[in-house]
Amino acid sequence: MSRFFGFVKKEFQHIFRDVRTLVILFGLPIVMIILFGYVVTTEIRDVEVGIWDRSMDQASIQATQKIFSSGYFVPAGYLDREEQIGELFRSGRAKVVVVFETDFEKNLKRENRASIRLITDASDANSAQLAQNYLQGVLMNYFQSLNPDINAPWSVQVKSRMFYNEELKGVYMFVPGLMALILMLISALMTSVTITREKEFGTMELLLASPLKPREIILGKVTPYVFLSFVNALTIILLGFLVFKVPVVGSLWLLMLECMLYITLALSLGVLISTSAKTQQVAMFMSMLGLMLPTILLSGFIFPIDNMPLILQWFSSIMPARWFIVIVKNIMLKGTGFVYIWKETLILLGMTLFFILAAVKRFNVRLK
Amino acid sequence: MSLILDHIDKSFESVQALKQVNFEVKEGELFGLIGPDGAGKSTLFRIMASLLIPDSGRCSMLGYDVDKEYRQVRQIIGYMPGRFSLYMDLSVEENLAFYARVFGTTIQENYDLIKDIYEQIAPFKKRLAGRLSGGMKQKLALSCALIHRPRILILDEPTTGVDAVSRREFWDMLKKIQREGITTVVSTPYMDEAELCDRVALIQKGSLLAVADPSALAEGGEKLLYSLRSGKGVYAYLDQIRQLEGCRYAWLFGDELHVTLRSAADDAGVKKVLDSWQDDSLKWESIVPSIEDRFMGLLQEESDADSEMEEGE
Repeated sequence: MSRFFGFVKKEFQHIFRDVRTLVILFGLPIVMIILFGYVVTTEIRDVEVGIWDRSMDQASIQATQKIFSSGYFVPAGYLDREEQIGELFRSGRAKVVVVFETDFEKNLKRENRASIRLITDASDANSAQLAQNYLQGVLMNYFQSLNPDINAPWSVQVKSRMFYNEELKGVYMFVPGLMALILMLISALMTSVTITREKEFGTMELLLASPLKPREIILGKVTPYVFLSFVNALTIILLGFLVFKVPVVGSLWLLMLECMLYITLALSLGVLISTSAKTQQVAMFMSMLGLMLPTILLSGFIFPIDNMPLILQWFSSIMPARWFIVIVKNIMLKGTGFVYIWKETLILLGMTLFFILAAVKRFNVRLK
Repeated sequence: MSLILDHIDKSFESVQALKQVNFEVKEGELFGLIGPDGAGKSTLFRIMASLLIPDSGRCSMLGYDVDKEYRQVRQIIGYMPGRFSLYMDLSVEENLAFYARVFGTTIQENYDLIKDIYEQIAPFKKRLAGRLSGGMKQKLALSCALIHRPRILILDEPTTGVDAVSRREFWDMLKKIQREGITTVVSTPYMDEAELCDRVALIQKGSLLAVADPSALAEGGEKLLYSLRSGKGVYAYLDQIRQLEGCRYAWLFGDELHVTLRSAADDAGVKKVLDSWQDDSLKWESIVPSIEDRFMGLLQEESDADSEMEEGE
C-alpha cells in the first residue's frame, strides 16, 4: 500500500509543479463557464431595429413604442426609403427592419387587418430567427390587447409556459453540457498526457522494470485526477449557482455520485488512449479530436439530437456525454430521483467497465 | 551462474538486432559489454530487464526466466537505462525516495550501500533532477537503481556523455558495489573502460565476437602490431599504408596509426617504403596490443568474412 501512496504522492508533485497543468486544470473550467455563460447565448438582448413607418398614425407609433419598451430591442434609426434597408444592414447598424404599410390604422379599423413587414438580416440565421420570433410575439400581444373584441367569433388562445426553465435561460442548457465537456476533457486529456509523458521521457521503462503492477501504475496515475476532477465538478456547479443562478433542484448527493461515475469513465478513456499513443502530442490530439469535438457536437449539448440525421443519432448514443447530460439535467433542473435516470446510469456504468477492461488489457507490461 | 543468456535472437521488423547471443555472468562478477553504437547492447539490456522477450533463446537472472517469471526478475534487478530516466521535475531526494518506495523499502534501510555515491550529490538534494550536471545525474540514477539492494545490477552505458573525471569516479563506485557482492553488467562504447571489468564481451552488429577477461583478450590479439607516429600527423598516410603489400589491417588510434602485418618478414619491407617518404618525424615501432586493438582486429576480420561471403554469392 505504501508503494501505491508513494506513487500518488509523486503524481501530485508532478501536477503542482507544472504551471501549464495547473492552468488547464483550474483555469480552463472557470474561463469556459464564464465564456459560455456570457458570450455564447441563445437569448436575445438589445437587438437593433430600424423602423420604416409609412403611415405615421397612432396605431403604428404605438406599436413602435411597444417594440422598444419590450426590453429586447433598441432603435437603430427611422427610415423613409426602401434603399435605406439595405444600407442599414450592410453597415451593420440594424439586424431587423420593421415596415408599417401606408394607411396602417385605417386598414386595421376598416378591414380588421393590416400588414407589417419584418425584414431580418439572416446572415446570422439563428439570431435572425430568434429576433423575428420575439418581434412577432411583441406585436401579437399588443394587437390583441388593443382590440380584444375584434377577434373571430370563436377564438383559441394559446398560452404557453416553459417548464423547468421559465425564462428560457441559455445557462440552464450550458451548465450540464459544460460539466460533461470539461470533466471529459480534463479527465481524459490529463491522464492520457501524463501517462504518455512517462513513455516519452523514458521513465515508463523504469516503472515497468520495477515490481509495480500495471494496475498500480494506472491507479496511481488516475487517483489524483479523480480528486481534481471532482473539485472541478463542484466548481462548475458552484459557479453556475452563484454567477448564473442555476439551481440544483434535486439531490446534490446523487448528482455528485453521477459525476464520480462519469469522471471514472473519462479517466479510463484517457488510460485507453494512452495505451495507443506514443507521445504526448498524439495523446493530446486524440483526446481533443476524438473526445472533445464529438462531445460538443453530438452530445446534444449545443445541437438537438432529434434534428440530426439518423446515422449521427446512432453516433451520439455512444457518446458518454449524451447520457450524462440527460442525468445532470434531470437532477439539476427537474429534481427527479434515481428512478428516472437509472437507465442512463446503467449505460454509463457499462461503458466505464468496458473502457477499464480494455485499458488494462491493452496496457503492456513490457516495451514494444 | 548469476545470469545466463542462451542463444538469444531478437529482430525488430526487418532488422535483426541480436544473433545467437550466448554468454554467462558469474555471481559477483563485474562484466562489461563492449561495442559501438547500434551493436545491440541496449536491446540485450532490455531483455535482461524483462522489458523485451527474445524471439528465440532463453535469458535467466538468478534462475528466473525473464519471460515467464518476470515478476521475480523485477524484484532482484537494478536497472539503469541508457537514457537518463528519472523525473526532472522532482528533486534529487524525491526521486530517490520514490524509487525506494516503489521497491517497498526506504532510503534509510539501504543507505550504507549508496552512502559513498549519494554523499557526493547530497548537497544538492533539494535541487530538481533536471538541473543536475551529467555526472551528478548518473550518480543519482545509480543511487536509484541501487536503493533496493538488487542482486544483479544492469547499467546500460552509464558513462556515455559524462566527463572523464566523473567516469573514473563512476568506475570506482562500481568496484565498491562489486565488493558488496552485487553482480554487475555494464555496457560501454569506451575501450579503456573494458580493462576495468573482470570479463568483457565484445559485440558488433548483434553478434558476440569474443568473451574473455580483458588482459587475455588483448594477448590473444595481433602479435604483429606496430604503431606509426609522425610529427606531421599520420592521417594522410593511412591510405598509402593500406596499399602496402605486407599490411593486413591499418586503423587510426588516437593520433597514431596501428598496423598489423601479414608476417614478421614484412617488417623490413615496410621500413624501406617508410624511409622513401623522407619524413624524419616518422616513428615506426612494434607495440603490445591493447583490448581496443584486439577489438579492431576482430572487427576487421568480421568485415572481411562478410565481404568474402558477399563475393561468394
